[in-house]
Amino acid sequence: MDIPDTSSNPASHSSTGTNACGVLLAAKSINKNFAEKKILENISLTIEEGQIVTLIGPNGAGKTTLVRIALGLLQPDSGSIYHRPALRIGYMPQRVHVEPTLPLTVNRFLQLANRQDKALLSSTLEDLKISHLEGRQLTAISGGELQRVLLARALLRKPELLILDEPAQGVDLAGQAELYQLISEISDRHRCGVLMISHDLHLVMSSTDEVICLNHHICCHGKPEHVTNDPAYLNLFGANASQNLAVYTHHHDHDHELGGSVKEHLND
Amino acid sequence: MIDSMVLFFTMDFVLYALAAGISLAFVAGPLGSFIVWRRMSYFGDTLAHSALLGIALGLLTDSNPQLSIIVSCLLFAFLLTLLDRRPSISTDTLLGILAHSSLALGVVVLALADSVRVDLEAYLFGALLTIGSADLIWVLVVVSVVAIVLSVFWNDFVSITVHAEIAEIEGKNVNRLNLILVLLIALTIAVSMKIVGVLLITSLLIIPPAAARSMATTPEQMAVRASIIGCISVVLGLVSAFYFDVPVGPSIVVVATLIFLVFYFYPNVLKTRN
Repeated sequence: MDIPDTSSNPASHSSTGTNACGVLLAAKSINKNFAEKKILENISLTIEEGQIVTLIGPNGAGKTTLVRIALGLLQPDSGSIYHRPALRIGYMPQRVHVEPTLPLTVNRFLQLANRQDKALLSSTLEDLKISHLEGRQLTAISGGELQRVLLARALLRKPELLILDEPAQGVDLAGQAELYQLISEISDRHRCGVLMISHDLHLVMSSTDEVICLNHHICCHGKPEHVTNDPAYLNLFGANASQNLAVYTHHHDHDHELGGSVKEHLND
Repeated sequence: MIDSMVLFFTMDFVLYALAAGISLAFVAGPLGSFIVWRRMSYFGDTLAHSALLGIALGLLTDSNPQLSIIVSCLLFAFLLTLLDRRPSISTDTLLGILAHSSLALGVVVLALADSVRVDLEAYLFGALLTIGSADLIWVLVVVSVVAIVLSVFWNDFVSITVHAEIAEIEGKNVNRLNLILVLLIALTIAVSMKIVGVLLITSLLIIPPAAARSMATTPEQMAVRASIIGCISVVLGLVSAFYFDVPVGPSIVVVATLIFLVFYFYPNVLKTRN
């Protein structure tokens, strides 16, 4: 029922009017059940060149399932996925577990994506400010550093579409804002489309074109300012969700307090 | 003593044993590293145990024993990967059932076929000193095939081991690569049988990489060092088998275990001079 109509969205970068060939990925009427339980119901979405689409929703809403279907890692029960022919995707999974028995430096990990282009490797590391990590073991870096390394691996594929499953996971609040800013810059610079999952709408607001609020079905979608005032969004995240936003801007420098309050709000 | 040792190491059957043992240890390094990284040691055990069933069936049908081991190992490896794709069954339990039932079935079939006398102990614990030139050729052919395929697909194998889904998005055929890797392990196990025997094969594959872990910062370093440790274990195992008059297969495994223990408790033992 809900095809997010990006052409009517002023924030969308599809100003050239060449929508048809700018579409990188289109999902149409996706349904998916796990053991008789409906996980995804009639989901449709499109991502165009240079457009950032953010999926938000509570835990267990089916966000990761939708992303895995969009990637082609999982087959939907019904519905279809269109990828632009020869589409290069950079994928950053939610969790990466590195076997402690497997010795792996950051450099060797990144070479798995692209062995030839050494110049691209060093410029990507510089862009993400992780050049100093190159010789470190993957198991010996912090969660925030690991997220940047994963983003670097995705970028080394020279992607036309970036698919990021909670890219800011394990990153502190200041780092999260910076990371989303970085993703937005990357999208602008390379004109690549981005589909990402996030828990915190207020953090991604400034860097996203389209928000899809998911709870097994699409509750609401549109520009971030529009979604925050949508009754369906308020219903899903509690009436104080938009108040939290105000709190956030007010107590900008109290990260430790806020960290607690944000978590509380997510568990609702 | 020295003289007899020199004599020992110039005898044909000892040279065959050395050549077979060292070339197997050479590929067991990288291949065993994958078994360690992917937590497949139980899988290797199951394959090795099923090899005994292969021998029994080979004897019953009067076919080439080496060929029947290889065919049955490859067949079992293929079946196990098929079962592995059904997540509803506990792989651990399934492997446990298959490993011991195929071993038991192999022993029973061998006992029933009383027209042929089989040295069961040789298959269980290995008989490196009895291998002839035909066996050596089998080993060298299989080792060459395994080494070539490993080097061609090395980066792909490392990639699917680190993160299968990223590898798939990057265009790797994960299922096919998994199958190739498992078949390589099956081939190696099949020709290792005569060297260390059904019960000790997995240890030859996993102990050298485990010993090499503390000395390595990349997968390649770990694989190469595991090969070196494996080769040293084979040579020292043969020497000590001669010196103490003990079975060769188990003494190779004992030497490898001692090396593992040294590096486990003193990970910097080789670094102090730098």
